[in-house]
Amino acid sequence: MSTQLSPILTKFWDHPQSWTLKTYEANEGYAALKKALGMSQQEIVAMTKDSGLRGRGGAGFPTGMKWGFLPPPDGGPRYLVVNADESEPGTCKDTPLMMAAPHFLIEGMIITSYAIGCNHAFIYIRGEIVHVYRRLMRAVEEAYAAGHLGKDIHGTGFDLDITVHAGAGAYICGEETALLDSLEGRRGQPRLKPPFPAVAGLYARPTVVNNVESIASVPPILLHGSEWFKDMGTEKSTGFGIFSLSGHVNRPGQFEAPLGITLRELLEMAGGMRGGKKLKFWTPGGSSTPLFTDEHLDVPLDFESVGAAGSMLGTRALQIFDETTCVVRAVERWTDFYKHESCGKCTPCREGTWWLSQILERLEHGQGSEADVDKLLDICDNILGRSFCALGDGATSPITSSVQYFREEYLEHLRLGHCPFDRDASSYFASDKESASA
Amino acid sequence: MTTDQTASGHLTVSAESKSPYPADVLAQLHEDAALVIARYPQPRSALLPLLHLVQSVDGYVSGRGIALCAELLDLETAEVSGVATFYTQYKRHPNGEFTVGVCTNTLCAIMGGDQIWESVSDHLGVGHDETTSDGKITLERVECNAACDYAPVVMANWEFFDNQTRESTIELVDDLRAGRSVAPTRGARSVSTFKQVSRVLAGFSDGLADEGVGAGPASLVGLRLAHEHNWKAPGRGDVGDEHSPDASAAGQAGGLTPGLTSSTDTPSNAPDERPGQTPTTPTTTTAKGDT
Repeated sequence: MSTQLSPILTKFWDHPQSWTLKTYEANEGYAALKKALGMSQQEIVAMTKDSGLRGRGGAGFPTGMKWGFLPPPDGGPRYLVVNADESEPGTCKDTPLMMAAPHFLIEGMIITSYAIGCNHAFIYIRGEIVHVYRRLMRAVEEAYAAGHLGKDIHGTGFDLDITVHAGAGAYICGEETALLDSLEGRRGQPRLKPPFPAVAGLYARPTVVNNVESIASVPPILLHGSEWFKDMGTEKSTGFGIFSLSGHVNRPGQFEAPLGITLRELLEMAGGMRGGKKLKFWTPGGSSTPLFTDEHLDVPLDFESVGAAGSMLGTRALQIFDETTCVVRAVERWTDFYKHESCGKCTPCREGTWWLSQILERLEHGQGSEADVDKLLDICDNILGRSFCALGDGATSPITSSVQYFREEYLEHLRLGHCPFDRDASSYFASDKESASA
Repeated sequence: MTTDQTASGHLTVSAESKSPYPADVLAQLHEDAALVIARYPQPRSALLPLLHLVQSVDGYVSGRGIALCAELLDLETAEVSGVATFYTQYKRHPNGEFTVGVCTNTLCAIMGGDQIWESVSDHLGVGHDETTSDGKITLERVECNAACDYAPVVMANWEFFDNQTRESTIELVDDLRAGRSVAPTRGARSVSTFKQVSRVLAGFSDGLADEGVGAGPASLVGLRLAHEHNWKAPGRGDVGDEHSPDASAAGQAGGLTPGLTSSTDTPSNAPDERPGQTPTTPTTTTAKGDT
């Protein structure tokens, strides 16, 4: 393996009190803020643009450019909202980051707020991770006590308050405009764009919505420079990111690496496939990104290469499934998820996911006919690009890609009249038994 | 299974749900709600935390809780209900003391979440969103909870129980029902009650942030490998690498106090202001630069 890991945000997660201000300060914490407060706002935005940092929440939009889209100050409020609603199936990077090292996010928020002229920033965290919420509230308290937040921060005249806001269980609130509606105390349904949040976001004011990991990457960039960041990763996908491996590998977990690392390299780091079994399919960036197979082991995991190979880098949520897994069962379950989480605002997604789920259920049980497989594709074709937001698009990814690579497996269910797989063989308990007997 | 939790039961509002709050409870709710509302530039943003606050008192979103939120935020009760029914964490009927959620999204399901779900549902004799007759456990199938590297995952009152098995989950629910203290894999020292956790979600600290681990073993796999191979990010030496086991002494655990979180620096715009309109309130921007 040629690529090496680059622990930056994960660097001190093994410290027994990794989440405290004291530990953070012992690891260059708030040094970037000090530096930033001596720079002009334009310099900070320019430095972030220069670094090439692209949004770590899935879409990969250049972070500095997003900040640059804010209209000139008109004297009214401008907001920074951090999207900490991590709910994309397979995605599990922001949660451990905020649990282990919440001050990266807080410091990044202060620097970003200063750069965009925001005096009240928000963290929208999903409500189902209560201990992470505790850690964030505590980190905000510590930052106030240390004078990093509040009035006249370190004598600069800059004021900033941070409110940590807990959601209440809705995947759709990870969509930035649904998140804003939810933060305004409404049902979390996406808004029509344009206007984009940069022009009319929270309370119809200019707003930057960024992912946790994007904002947490700001302090290291400020401190070490955009060249340092660009030295890692690829030309168009610069820097580092946290790669989350889950499923049928020997050591699932978090791997912080330069963008462009491959699954082959990551698998080796994760101790290989569980029980030496064969890789069957995987998601490069969560369930909304089209499936890959063992053909794609050497695709560099950067935005361009993954896109060129027919999927999306997404949130680097690598869910790994071995040959014991029924792909129809996997896809059926994801489809149930999209059906459950569809907000109901637009017809293609609300109705389409409902029908997809019905059809997949009968296919998984070996019922229906080959025409159902084509019906799935037809419905997907009517959802993709015709839905109000990306949730509908995402719902089609596992279906179309699984039919592309595993059509024969769908048909095998029909021939047998039942699922050909033993689900116990895929479970974690099965791996327990094997390693115990090995 | 209890009979009052049928589909029609969800649509029935019991008289108790609408009975007025005792005066002392109401006074406390008003006091707490004022702190919540003060965190936001516009009051309506307080609705989600206020619904968590209602659950911290009533154990679900009661009829009287909806009326209270409507009154506090100058909304119609239908608007509050519309929001409460959108989000799965808001319960429309009395919740058990502990919500036990088995992740049955794809990754966890395939890693054994389906088998765990079936075993624990059989064991308790309740299905999804149903509560045991002793009022202790409300069982749920939950969607991906952002801990896939610890699959299969079970949540108890939104604390992580990692790498679960059928046996460990049955033991978990038995312990919770018996009133024994149960420690999450990554979280506070023991699982708090549904009402206690609801109060935290309303933004009131319970002082437990410093309990538990910073990271579980799976979160550290990459870091440990990097240590082993002496891999470092470029251009970073060992300065500032010192590890100290002491907890930070800065600040006091006490939650989001109003003085720290009220938004007074920039005036908020009017709720009906259109993009591009001149703000209707006088302004005093305090950020420097950016001219």
